[in-house]
Amino acid sequence: MATKILLEHVGVEGIRAIDTYLAHGGYRSVGKALKEMSSDQLVEEVKTAGLRGRGGAGFPTGMKWSFLDKKSENPRYLVCNADESEPGTFKDRYLMERIPHLLIEGMITASYALGANTSYIYVRGEMMPVIRLLEKAIAEAYAKGYLGKNILGSGYNLDLYVQPGGGAYICGEETALLESLEGKRGNPRNKPPFPAVSGLYGCPTVINNVETIASVPWIVNNGGAAYASIGIGKSTGTKLISACGNIRQPGVYEIELGLPVEEFLYSDVYCGGIAEGRELKAVVPGGSSVPILPKELILKTAAGEPRLMSYESLAEGGFVSGSMLGSGGFIVFDDRACIVRNLWNFTRFYHHESCGQCSPCREGTGWMAKVLHRIEHGHGKMSDIDLLVDVAKHIEGKTICPLGDAAAWPVGSAIRHFRDEFEAHVKNPDSCLAKHLHGAYAHAASIM
Amino acid sequence: MEFSQEIKREFDQIVARYPQGRQKSGLLPILHRVQEEYGWLSTEAMNAVAGYLQLNPIEVYEVASFYTMFHLRPVGKYVLEVCRTGPCCLVGAETLLQYLQRKLNIGIGETTPDGLFTLKTVECLASCGTGPVLQIGPEYLYHEQLTEQKLDQLIDSLRSKS
Repeated sequence: MATKILLEHVGVEGIRAIDTYLAHGGYRSVGKALKEMSSDQLVEEVKTAGLRGRGGAGFPTGMKWSFLDKKSENPRYLVCNADESEPGTFKDRYLMERIPHLLIEGMITASYALGANTSYIYVRGEMMPVIRLLEKAIAEAYAKGYLGKNILGSGYNLDLYVQPGGGAYICGEETALLESLEGKRGNPRNKPPFPAVSGLYGCPTVINNVETIASVPWIVNNGGAAYASIGIGKSTGTKLISACGNIRQPGVYEIELGLPVEEFLYSDVYCGGIAEGRELKAVVPGGSSVPILPKELILKTAAGEPRLMSYESLAEGGFVSGSMLGSGGFIVFDDRACIVRNLWNFTRFYHHESCGQCSPCREGTGWMAKVLHRIEHGHGKMSDIDLLVDVAKHIEGKTICPLGDAAAWPVGSAIRHFRDEFEAHVKNPDSCLAKHLHGAYAHAASIM
Repeated sequence: MEFSQEIKREFDQIVARYPQGRQKSGLLPILHRVQEEYGWLSTEAMNAVAGYLQLNPIEVYEVASFYTMFHLRPVGKYVLEVCRTGPCCLVGAETLLQYLQRKLNIGIGETTPDGLFTLKTVECLASCGTGPVLQIGPEYLYHEQLTEQKLDQLIDSLRSKS
């Protein structure tokens, strides 16, 4: 059985309550860190662990922590990014809902490592039920002396607050999140300066994903080397994968990085294979932003090696024949799914969520959505297909934040791997597998 | 308009989470609280929030209009927000949206004549493994793995509650 670092206790009845959580070894890392370790030791331990940011970018967490400007006389902040909104991703919501104290424990330990005395958990506004759970858990942690002044007699003080968002995918981008936390529109900031130097209120700030922070207690308790011994190569530890789409067993699974994709997809321990006896067509393995891969390239690399669930293996072949682990949002398409309709849906999503600061993204996403709408609905021209590729190329890398890239990659990859299906839509609109859905938004004036 | 002393005390608690002079950080939580109280954000309500936080009214409008959760005009008693992003569509969200439009006899963005229901779409709610999904404010509880039958039951129970 695979090691469980994050989900070991999620099935325990009453684990949301602090007493039950404590009875299962909860908050042990706080005592160990605050009483036995210096903040520098903690940063080193996380570096040794090789833990990488679990929000999607996969940047080494220990390195991110070591960039924090500790010479500054300003206060330092830790902000947890719980704005989970990447289509196909539902692991952070799962974790916070099932075992809220794990995130609180991680926030305390990580805040101590960074020398922060005030920390925030920025949660999507739509997740109001999760916000209420976290607030209750925080109140319990204060009552037991894990938060507030002089935690466990260590002299260390920490206040922790939950901040709701207001419904905006862009606030998952860390500088947009900071803007939002400051009470503004979620417009990403130009970098540099990076948040480690000038973040929240212009002060040194670290922003980490929920799953990243929740991995810290285990690393503190068991050591960075033990964490690094799990996984494969530079993909150390475990990762939550949220699997959805046309599979028999959608859900959140904790895997050891390096698990073969084929095993994850077909084993009854995980996805259980394709639903309703259908055939696999394609997979978007890391949230809607990463390239889609057809059946033959998701199970094996172009070189014929088995594809593994790791940062490196999923990226093998670059964007020609590979994809990315991303957020771990694993979206599976069966042979009835229309690739054009799905791409239109994703592109429309990015257009809706573009903050509008950068012209290539603001205009380009809308343009691509319109062109895809007409191809999907039987009004496309053959030249539209290369037009989409061209527009995508003119968005990629030309915007302040990665939303532009996130909108461009799905377009390039869908056309690269499924050009036949786009051409078929143009030549014979009746061939669309989702034809029965073409009237779905007939009454909605504002929707393309 | 004036907020009640009780709500103002809640606002005070919210603002206390941030450093001195950074009360603007309280804008989103305060707007959520105001919408919970009044159902939507009127210009008068936003002006009152600006007054409380010592902001220019435009600083409140530009934020309220940026984030999709805030209603800038009156809505039905129950706002049904149906996820319409890719993963939910793979498991039937669009068919259910069509069903809901027929059942309520309104389009997306519209409110039933009795003022009970507004139908909206929402982007990915992080419930992709349990889709199709909709949520209803101000509690924002999720209704997951929806079917036509479950929608019938949900609409009936909301109708009988009011």
